Amino acid sequence: MSVTEVALEGRGHLAFANPPLLAAWATVAGKKETQGPLGRHFDRIVRDETMGEKTFERAERKLFTSAVELVLSLSGRHASDVDLIFAGDLLDQIVTANFAARDIGIPLVGVYGACSTSSESLLLAAMSVASGTARRAIAATASHHMSAERQYRYPIELGVQRLPTSQWTATGAAAFLVEDAREARSQKAPAQGDGPTLRIVSATVGRVQDYGIKDPNNMGAAMAPAAADTILRHLQGSGHAVEDFDLILTGDLGRVGHPLLELLLAEERIHPKERLRDAGILLYAPDQAVDAGGSGAACSALVCGAMALPRLRRGEMRRMLLVATGSLHSPRTYQQGESIPTIAHAVEVEAVR
Amino acid sequence: MPSYSMHSGECALMDKKEYQKRARQVEPPRPIARNAFWAFLVGGTICLVGQIVQAVLLSTGFTEETVKAPTAIIMVFLGALFTAVGLYDRLTPLGGMGASLPITGFANAVVAPAIEFKNEGAVMGTGARIFQIAGPVIAYGLFAAFVIGILRYALRGVWS
Repeated sequence: MSVTEVALEGRGHLAFANPPLLAAWATVAGKKETQGPLGRHFDRIVRDETMGEKTFERAERKLFTSAVELVLSLSGRHASDVDLIFAGDLLDQIVTANFAARDIGIPLVGVYGACSTSSESLLLAAMSVASGTARRAIAATASHHMSAERQYRYPIELGVQRLPTSQWTATGAAAFLVEDAREARSQKAPAQGDGPTLRIVSATVGRVQDYGIKDPNNMGAAMAPAAADTILRHLQGSGHAVEDFDLILTGDLGRVGHPLLELLLAEERIHPKERLRDAGILLYAPDQAVDAGGSGAACSALVCGAMALPRLRRGEMRRMLLVATGSLHSPRTYQQGESIPTIAHAVEVEAVR
Repeated sequence: MPSYSMHSGECALMDKKEYQKRARQVEPPRPIARNAFWAFLVGGTICLVGQIVQAVLLSTGFTEETVKAPTAIIMVFLGALFTAVGLYDRLTPLGGMGASLPITGFANAVVAPAIEFKNEGAVMGTGARIFQIAGPVIAYGLFAAFVIGILRYALRGVWS
């Protein structure tokens, strides 16, 4: 990777001299997600939570595959046109991405960033295209409420009283196609609408933060410092003021983490006000019994793909920052009394005419 | 743009203890009164059903002494049945301990993982995981019985 293509502006901030295009994206959402405020905006809806499969793990894999297939068909590309796929999920050994890639056939870079996987894989896809390593790359992620419950919490039929700080793992998948701008010009994709072009201009790799929160039922509080650190470093690295953004979309801090992020940013005299929105709060309506809000690798990806990117494409927004956050604990580290390390990765997308 | 320290180590934003304090302040309070009300209602209803079962058994000729085991067996069956048809996990979010604590809740804690791990096979799935939730109750229940047994022996002798 040459220094001129991807400039490291300070630690972890990547400015792309030749910004890759965010050419297409696809969202596949479960039933509960469809009943939320963004219900009409998903590209595909899956009402059967098992998707006709024998296990929830297989259902999650199917969600993932269907998002990748959909982004290819929406963009008019074939799997053979794509050089790399960066993908991950929440399950042990990222089995969703790894197993699904058997049939997809695109060279895979498996990614684990818990719920930050969406922006982590998008960041890596942008980095690989910006550096000229790949002409086209896909970033994809999926999560399934039931498979996550099985792995992280309790058996599904076991009655458990949820806490007001608990978050609800979203069922869904999303895939994003990143293309080299020159490649896209020579072979124009049938864009989703004929609005402005979306470019990934810069990104910030997260630093692991740990403020000693130990409760896995309160991941919003654990992750807020990671989001704050990444947002502050992104502002510093990019030279943008917070007012330059129409939207800073975090995911998934929920109703507990969101005010904590505002508080941490206010300490640094940054006041994003209504620009700062959280995917965990946006995905579900308050009456959907999700307590503090949504979470899961798919949550921020779904909200980004169903709400944020279409608004950029329609010209309603010019610049957004996706800051997906992830809790990097495992059930075992929690049982051993360890606190929860968290991370957030930021990807800046701008719309240009 | 105020200069945020990029080079300091962890917890550059706020003191760890201070952050944890602030985090507790924004936590929504647990609805204790509402939870207690529903726990009473759900737990009370389960116990009422148990009482009815017992009354019916008594009328069929069981004595006060012999009625306990069949009542418990029937309640365990009902707990398992409601778990199997997917109703028990809807009762507990509302009833909390009111649904978990009666013997039906114990049945739920055994049957739920048994169903859950069916896909992982009869031995390493259902067999190995069936007591995942109830295991601690059984282990420490046995241990407590052992300790009490020893104490009773020490105080009163074996036969009295």
